[in-house]
Amino acid sequence: MGSLIPGVDGYMYPNEVELQWSVLIVLYPFITGLVAGAFILASLERVFNVDAVKPTYRLALLTALAFLLVAPLPLQLHLGHPERSLEMYLTPHLSSAMAMFGFVYLWYLMVVLLLEIWLDYRKDIVARAETTPGWRGLAYRVLTLGSRNVSAGALAVDDKVGRFVTLVGIPSAFLLHGYVGFIFGSVKANPWWSTPLMPIVFLFSAIVSGIALVLVLYMSVCVARGVPIDMRCADTVARYLLYAFVIDFSLEMLDLLHRVYEADESFKSLDFMVHTRLYASHILVQIVAGTLVPIALLALVQVVSLSESARRGFYAAAGALTLVGIFAMRWNVVIGGQLFSKSFLGYTTYKMEFATREGLLTATLLLLLPFGILWGLVKLLPPWTEETARA
Amino acid sequence: MSATDRREFLSRTGKYLLLTGTAAAALEHVLAGRAEAAPGYAEAAHWWGMAIDVEKCIGCGNCVRACKEENDVPREPYYFRTWVERYHVEDGELAHPQVDSPNGGYDGFPERYSAVAATGKTFFVPKLCNHCVDSPCEQVCPVGATFRSPDGVVMVDRKYCLGCRYCVQACPYGCRFIDPRTHVADKCDLCYHRITKGLTTACAEACPTGARQLVDLKDPKDPVHEFLRTRTIQVLKPQMATGPKVFYAGLDGSVR
Repeated sequence: MGSLIPGVDGYMYPNEVELQWSVLIVLYPFITGLVAGAFILASLERVFNVDAVKPTYRLALLTALAFLLVAPLPLQLHLGHPERSLEMYLTPHLSSAMAMFGFVYLWYLMVVLLLEIWLDYRKDIVARAETTPGWRGLAYRVLTLGSRNVSAGALAVDDKVGRFVTLVGIPSAFLLHGYVGFIFGSVKANPWWSTPLMPIVFLFSAIVSGIALVLVLYMSVCVARGVPIDMRCADTVARYLLYAFVIDFSLEMLDLLHRVYEADESFKSLDFMVHTRLYASHILVQIVAGTLVPIALLALVQVVSLSESARRGFYAAAGALTLVGIFAMRWNVVIGGQLFSKSFLGYTTYKMEFATREGLLTATLLLLLPFGILWGLVKLLPPWTEETARA
Repeated sequence: MSATDRREFLSRTGKYLLLTGTAAAALEHVLAGRAEAAPGYAEAAHWWGMAIDVEKCIGCGNCVRACKEENDVPREPYYFRTWVERYHVEDGELAHPQVDSPNGGYDGFPERYSAVAATGKTFFVPKLCNHCVDSPCEQVCPVGATFRSPDGVVMVDRKYCLGCRYCVQACPYGCRFIDPRTHVADKCDLCYHRITKGLTTACAEACPTGARQLVDLKDPKDPVHEFLRTRTIQVLKPQMATGPKVFYAGLDGSVR
């Protein structure tokens, strides 16, 4: 049955016609996912002593920080009353999954990421505080937090504490993104979201996206700086990306298989949606271009002997496609979950605005902002290992 | 006043001001999420809900209009505290009902299904917040701006709501919306300003057939007890385990 309301097919409850969560809420899990993934890649080097990925270690940490700083912005911009957001800290409603975000976020930012970066960079900061003149020198002097002891003993303590922070950091990164998945997965009213697999699917897709981002960033930065790409590093990171991707894809397919086989009351409605309104973003972009193609590219490198330049091309393509695919996955979860009626009798349309508070322009700027912050962080705290070695 | 006295005075005043301010802020937080009831109204003596007799609803839309008028609900067709749906179910097609609700039933329903060449059946279903005992909207609110009063009415503290819209997502029945003027969540509050003064809801008062009745489950004299005892009663989406308190008599299995 058609509908008289533009953009609506079949029947939606009247209050459902307009979408509640916009593209900004798509950015939220996408950005936090990049944070968690980048951090987990960094942790590999630190905790498991994977030497090959060392060139990406600091870059991954700074990337995680740059994106983490931006993570709350889309939420803040989306709120009807952003000026009341502090209430989430002051009077959190303990039964609400969302109420914990502020605490999980602060824990991760303050206790894990900033501390780990500071400990890792302390020696460099102290050295720069003593040699850099002007306001930049002042910045470094402030960043030392008054701790200028860089004796071998002190650095050994740094290393020990840093390792401990990383150990705490890995479950924290899991918590951060698993928690974001839980915000969606625990909404029993919405069958597209409501699955206990949601946190774990979010987590693995986060790891995938974070690794892909660091891989692409690392290679781009090397090209920009005119230094050779450490292929042992790129090969290893790409291999991890493949492993994580295979797990992620398996989980998503398990979810799909479960839905298809169980075929509960929502299935026909969701199945129709996937074959119509969500076809391009779900089947074509997320599954084919954003998952199968990058997995095939990464797997091919494992079985066929390719030249360095071919591998670089494969990695860049796979990394970029992965990022597009994971963004599409977030889109399909957040937007897709609002396109069908909870009556399972109809579908609505998401009309994205452009230059509004929750429009495409805002979303694009928010997505570019972390790269700007990262540029600043890299200027302040250069992550290049060769310079560190020289220092 | 010596310099020391002045310093001491300022310090003391500052401390008192700080303490008073903190206490006031704390009190405000404690009081947030409390209903504004009429003086002399005893919350604990009531347990509100609604009884709906589907067979009595004629789809006139009086309830929708009365509700929008009484509660200053935006007139656009995307914002409703209550609305009416028209179901048309062909024989045996329980899983595929045809449903419409033009402007939420505000203007009544244009003729669509011929009564003469009738196949299947057509009926109207009034919808509103179910004032669930285990309401998911209340569970997910990050600041507790949505709350259930001791007399069983789920309400929104508009001065406290962040406008995050999580509650709208969490309601299985589509009963909530964000008011485009205030940017906070809004929903049926069973006309709390009326019922605490002994009146009925605007929708129930406007209903010409008595299809919807405000009920007080704690009142032993309320006719709802006979209604619940003698009729076949159903609630919406019982599988959601939300404990709805809107009780439907004569509800068809196709309604969702």
